[in-house]
Amino acid sequence: MTMAPLELTQDMDVPKISLKGVKKAFGSKVVLDGIDLDIRRGESIVIIGGSGTGKSVLLKSILGILQPDAGTIRIDGEDTTHIGGRDRERAMAKFGMLFQGAALFDSLPVWENVAFGLIQGAQRLGRKEAKERAIATLGAVGLSPDVADLSPSELSGGMQKRVGLARAICTRPEIIFFDEPTTGLDPIMADVINDLIVKCVKDLGATALSITHDMASARKIADRIAMLYKGKLIWVGPVSEIDNSGNEYVDQFIHGRADGPIQMQIRAF
Amino acid sequence: MNFLSAIGRATLTFLEAAGRLALFTFTALAHCLRPPFYFRHIGRQMVEIGFYSLPVVGLTAVFTGMVLALQSYSGFSRFSAESAIATVVVLSITRELGPVLAGLMVAGRIGAAMAAELGTMRVTEQVDALTTLSTNPYKYLVVPRLIAGTTMLPILVLVADIIGVFGGYLVAVYRLGFNASSYINNSWQYLEFMDVVSGLVKAACFGFVISLMGCYHGYNSRGGAQGVGAATTNAVVSASILILVLNYLLTGIFFS
Repeated sequence: MTMAPLELTQDMDVPKISLKGVKKAFGSKVVLDGIDLDIRRGESIVIIGGSGTGKSVLLKSILGILQPDAGTIRIDGEDTTHIGGRDRERAMAKFGMLFQGAALFDSLPVWENVAFGLIQGAQRLGRKEAKERAIATLGAVGLSPDVADLSPSELSGGMQKRVGLARAICTRPEIIFFDEPTTGLDPIMADVINDLIVKCVKDLGATALSITHDMASARKIADRIAMLYKGKLIWVGPVSEIDNSGNEYVDQFIHGRADGPIQMQIRAF
Repeated sequence: MNFLSAIGRATLTFLEAAGRLALFTFTALAHCLRPPFYFRHIGRQMVEIGFYSLPVVGLTAVFTGMVLALQSYSGFSRFSAESAIATVVVLSITRELGPVLAGLMVAGRIGAAMAAELGTMRVTEQVDALTTLSTNPYKYLVVPRLIAGTTMLPILVLVADIIGVFGGYLVAVYRLGFNASSYINNSWQYLEFMDVVSGLVKAACFGFVISLMGCYHGYNSRGGAQGVGAATTNAVVSASILILVLNYLLTGIFFS
């Protein structure tokens, strides 16, 4: 199934997502320390960084699942930092998200997971039509219709990720988030997922924000890469420049070296 | 000084927890009144709470009624008041034992299940996934359980009342040799409408508390399997304690 691109009727100069001075701390631990980032319409940006550097917190702050302590988050120019209730639900209608562990609802069959946004969201489609759309979307991520009636627990990890991807794109969102899309998958399945992400984002004309520490994945799906370290974006640039960033932190990370400015806190036995 | 600071810390922790629970309750109740309503989920929860709890509640009620008849007989026969057994059984079951024992059994069965299900959904990011799918987790997860718990427990208790009284009848007639029609007549004679209604009102309050504790602890669970386990334990313990406390307060309101 090929999806028609979204109509771009909004002002192309306004960033799709704009973060200004976003801060978040848990107790004394500062996780985000003044994040500034503009993501253009139709752009695919990947945020890299080690485990525990705040990548997921940044994603959840944009989604409103966590409230930033300071700064503003704008979606299509609208300040969404502190909105709630109906306004939040309306803003969320623009989003799709693939979670790290797929986060499929295990009480629902696969097709209902995929069609969840169509049935329960703003579109409120009938179950029959929603199931047809769900099966078509499953086809777009390479899953056959007979998967539709299975339970998520009957699927392999790779299939769960694909169902999660189908759920993320089924409502044809304007913005798609990918949280560690290839974690826990074998290299071949990881590449399949990467190809699907690129295809789906391109077909939809959506804006994509991914977080990962898998450099192969980042190189494949990103237009731009940003590196998060100690709560700050220490480098942002096109994917073609990542190997010549001139930033020793980025160099250490992309080559996976233990030696360098990023030191793990390891104590002797 | 350390002693005082420990008391202060414990007080603040308690107040913080009470405030969080009050906020959760208020938010959930506010969502009960605002659309969209997920009728399919409300129905599913009603079946889960009402229908599937029937065997355990029924068994509890029938044996409670039977024991009550036996105990009353052995006690009342000391001062030749055996004829009061039917009245004691029916009043004890409808006013107290029906709602309290059904509440405690449902707290163990349903409160634990709710906390475990919502807790697992929380730690596997399924609750966050609901938010990204433009679905309010309170409306989708909490409201159907609160409505189902509050409406189904009175029905369960009504059934438990009937089964419990029947248990007493079985023992009185077939073991203790009472006349069947006079036992039934005695059961009805002193039973008032308010006895049954007070039990059903208690049941509705207990159903709300069981669902609220299950949802609250599950929704706020953290830290993987251990967190879900703790949430389940806390849900059952807090619901059971609140049922006993509420029972005292409601009895005071109805019968003082």
